[in-house]
Amino acid sequence: MDLNQLLAIKERELASRKPYTLRVCTAAGCLSAGSDQVKKQLERAVAEAGLSDQVEVRCVGCLRLCCQGPLVHVDPVNELYQKVGPETAPALLERVRGGAPPLEKADLQHPFFTRQFSIVLANSGVVDPERIESYIAADGYRALHDAVIEMEPREVIQAVMASGLRGRGGAGFPTGLKWSTVAKSGGARKYVVCNADEGDPGAFMDRSVLESDPHSVLEGMAIAAYAVGAEQGFIYVRAEYPLAIRRLRMAIEQARRLGILGSGIFGSPLNFNVELRIGAGAFVCGEETALMASIEGRRGTPRPRPPFPAESGLWGCPTLINNVETFANVPAILRNGAEWFASIGTEKSKGTKVFALAGRVKNTGLIEVPMGTTLRTIVEEMGGGAPGGARIKAVQTGGPSGGCVPAELMDVEVDYESLTRLGSIMGSGGMIVMDETTDMVDVARFFMEFCKDESCGKCIPCRAGTVQMYGLLTKILEGRATARDLATLEELCDMVKHTSLCGLGQTAPNPVLSTLRFFRHEYERRLRPERHVASAVQPVTG
Amino acid sequence: MIATLGVPKRKRVREALAHASGDKRFKILEAHMKKYQHRHDALIEILHKAQELFGYLEDDLLFFVAHRLRLPPSRVYGVATFYHFFRLKPKGEHTCVVCMGTACYVKGADKILAAIERFAGVRAGETTPDGRVSVLTARCIGACGIAPAVVYDGNVAPHQTPDSAVATIQTWMSHGS
Amino acid sequence: MAALTLTIDGKPVSAPAGTTVLEAAQDAGIRIPTLCHLEGVYDVGACRLCLVEVAGSNKLLPACTTQIAEGMEVWTDTDRLRKYRRMTLELLFAERNHVCSVCVSNGNCELQALAWEAGMDHVRYPYQHPQLEVDQTHPLFGMDHNRCILCTRCVRVCWHIEGAGTKNVAGRGADCRIITDLNQPWGESDSCTNCGKCVMACPTGALYYKGVTTGEMVRDRRKLEFIVTAREQKQWIA
Repeated sequence: MDLNQLLAIKERELASRKPYTLRVCTAAGCLSAGSDQVKKQLERAVAEAGLSDQVEVRCVGCLRLCCQGPLVHVDPVNELYQKVGPETAPALLERVRGGAPPLEKADLQHPFFTRQFSIVLANSGVVDPERIESYIAADGYRALHDAVIEMEPREVIQAVMASGLRGRGGAGFPTGLKWSTVAKSGGARKYVVCNADEGDPGAFMDRSVLESDPHSVLEGMAIAAYAVGAEQGFIYVRAEYPLAIRRLRMAIEQARRLGILGSGIFGSPLNFNVELRIGAGAFVCGEETALMASIEGRRGTPRPRPPFPAESGLWGCPTLINNVETFANVPAILRNGAEWFASIGTEKSKGTKVFALAGRVKNTGLIEVPMGTTLRTIVEEMGGGAPGGARIKAVQTGGPSGGCVPAELMDVEVDYESLTRLGSIMGSGGMIVMDETTDMVDVARFFMEFCKDESCGKCIPCRAGTVQMYGLLTKILEGRATARDLATLEELCDMVKHTSLCGLGQTAPNPVLSTLRFFRHEYERRLRPERHVASAVQPVTG
Repeated sequence: MIATLGVPKRKRVREALAHASGDKRFKILEAHMKKYQHRHDALIEILHKAQELFGYLEDDLLFFVAHRLRLPPSRVYGVATFYHFFRLKPKGEHTCVVCMGTACYVKGADKILAAIERFAGVRAGETTPDGRVSVLTARCIGACGIAPAVVYDGNVAPHQTPDSAVATIQTWMSHGS
Repeated sequence: MAALTLTIDGKPVSAPAGTTVLEAAQDAGIRIPTLCHLEGVYDVGACRLCLVEVAGSNKLLPACTTQIAEGMEVWTDTDRLRKYRRMTLELLFAERNHVCSVCVSNGNCELQALAWEAGMDHVRYPYQHPQLEVDQTHPLFGMDHNRCILCTRCVRVCWHIEGAGTKNVAGRGADCRIITDLNQPWGESDSCTNCGKCVMACPTGALYYKGVTTGEMVRDRRKLEFIVTAREQKQWIA
């Protein structure tokens, strides 16, 4: 495979494009609402109407507004139809004939769509995730070609560093610096690992990227392999994502068949193979060292860092681990230049972030916005506020490791530092909106139960501490706790946060600390007085 | 007492292998192991395949995997019990998985689960005594846009309510199949 | 091996590069409490009792797995560390059923000794009282899960000194338990060589020799270090 062949595939694909395209979202959300049937009915209707050379029915990835699925986008008129059913779908052909189909249209001028800035999701909803040719037609794998043919590995690293890209898995570690550390580490064998174990409840960004545009992740990994000197890659994806697994398998196979993965990629000295590793239901395996233990076929228990994976990772070799979204940014950075990427976002947080907006908000779905967009814009403008006009109480970010931002502080610009200052974290991108009906102590307990169930059991603070904290939160919720219990809870939060071995334990107290900071009254009003409290003895006067 | 230490013990693995020789599924599993060159680090992949073939990981199956991959049984057991995806007991004819992710929880997933538990008479993680229905929870299936979500026999159903969930379970429990 | 200098509790200490903070402290006569550490097997940093404060880092670091660096300033016995250690021990006591008065290891128990040292006269957390079994099926040894603190010393010893791989951890979180082979009664284990190293390694009364009674469980752990040094360095330490 060389550049000419790549361009030839692109040309052929573009030439085969028909005047009308009906893009049907087949990511998990719309799929569960029956979008595969919608696609079948549309194909049948097109064939029966003899419009096969006029109309292409394409299966694509996420079209963003998940709550209104199944979604179908019609080109070139640029209209998005929502809640399309298998029976009503054929009516879409009216549009081709110049008429107006009796179907609900989504308002593409609504801020939910207009405020989005797609880099990671640029191909989502546009390319067919099950055809590599569709990806190549969107300039796919061009960045990989240019990197291995025209750039030195260190130039690739420099570009990533200059872009300011930071790890999108939640920690926000400078990606270029990580790549540079792995590249400099000694050793004949190195690995590139993609962390697709999106375990945060309420997060589905990575799932959407893998189902909608798997090749962007493969391309990012291959570029990374070239930059750091690795020949073997692993994608660790959780077992709960069968569609993502299937699409990844297809993508890897198709890329291999075209020689874009394997030996001598694009005729360069780069050899790179990618293997899929399936998770098995352990949130802790999203933690780097636990993930590596899992790839090695062992129990997913973390180990102390240092040494960091960049120096000693899989089987003791230098290993680069990055999140799905981080890798998906890389091809765009190389194609458009580091300065372009650095011009988006805030001073310390460059680029965009994909958020999964869910919970008590009108428009639930996937959004990608530049860093620095305010929470208020996201939740009220784009999300449309809480349904029924209810008052928004708080926005939870960062999953069970994060915290709640109260409604009064929603003007915060979303970036790594500002959220940390408010006691939350960016996390992987889960954003849950809560309204007046949400009980914040209940939310804290919900997350603590999660951490307790997912604790690996290796270190005492997390294993035993989460059990005790859960017990205390239950006691508070049931009105049996005293002020002393609350003080014990706070003390335990501090201890577990500072003594736990890995990020799971270290961040398990965050939801409690965050809700205590902004919603302390919800805890305090549930406390009952201490028994046998010595009452102040009044001195006898006169 | 020390004399008893020399008495040959019952070789549990041999029993498991004898059981395996009569079942074709073990051959399929072995072919899968060969695909991974019998590497130790393929254990989780092998357990996935085993569960796919057999429905659950019973003792003989785990002994078989340990023997063929040349791993101590304690390692195989330790790994199988660490990951919640792996079942060591058979599941019911029908499975319903209630998603307990944050978005679903905020939209009332706990009430749906409570209704199902009440109706079926079992707690989450258990199977009804007649083996018809298994009630499970998942930490998040990534379908937050259609919360609350429940998976019935592998099919994700959107926007569930306690009534709709109980109605589905009811058809399973009263149905003759 | 370059020698590095650092200070521990204000005292200047020198040790070769590659040494852990724990080793350097031990050599200098400074005691740092540990539970999951065992001479002769690798460290896992699981009990979090050996956490130390290091100047310049806002994280507490486990002395058993952290390597020394030139000019490091380590504090091992601050108020904060003592508070955390006490809480860790209390969490352990509340987690399972530790009743010293009827335990074979009474008076010879590392957990008990550490609790005494930390001044733990009461436990502020509610006891969980899990229902756990006692495995007496092995002819020589007994295992009482009520006293187990999941330090995994027995597992590491069985895998890395004896090599049999008989013991391992099963389950996750608070449901973790030490198992033998495929969760079989110890007496039915096919891989156990009856060497007794796991019993020697256990810090509490969880693993014991059959026939001992309350307070009689005495161990000689130096045997384990002895075997490892003999095998790896061909040196037989008396």
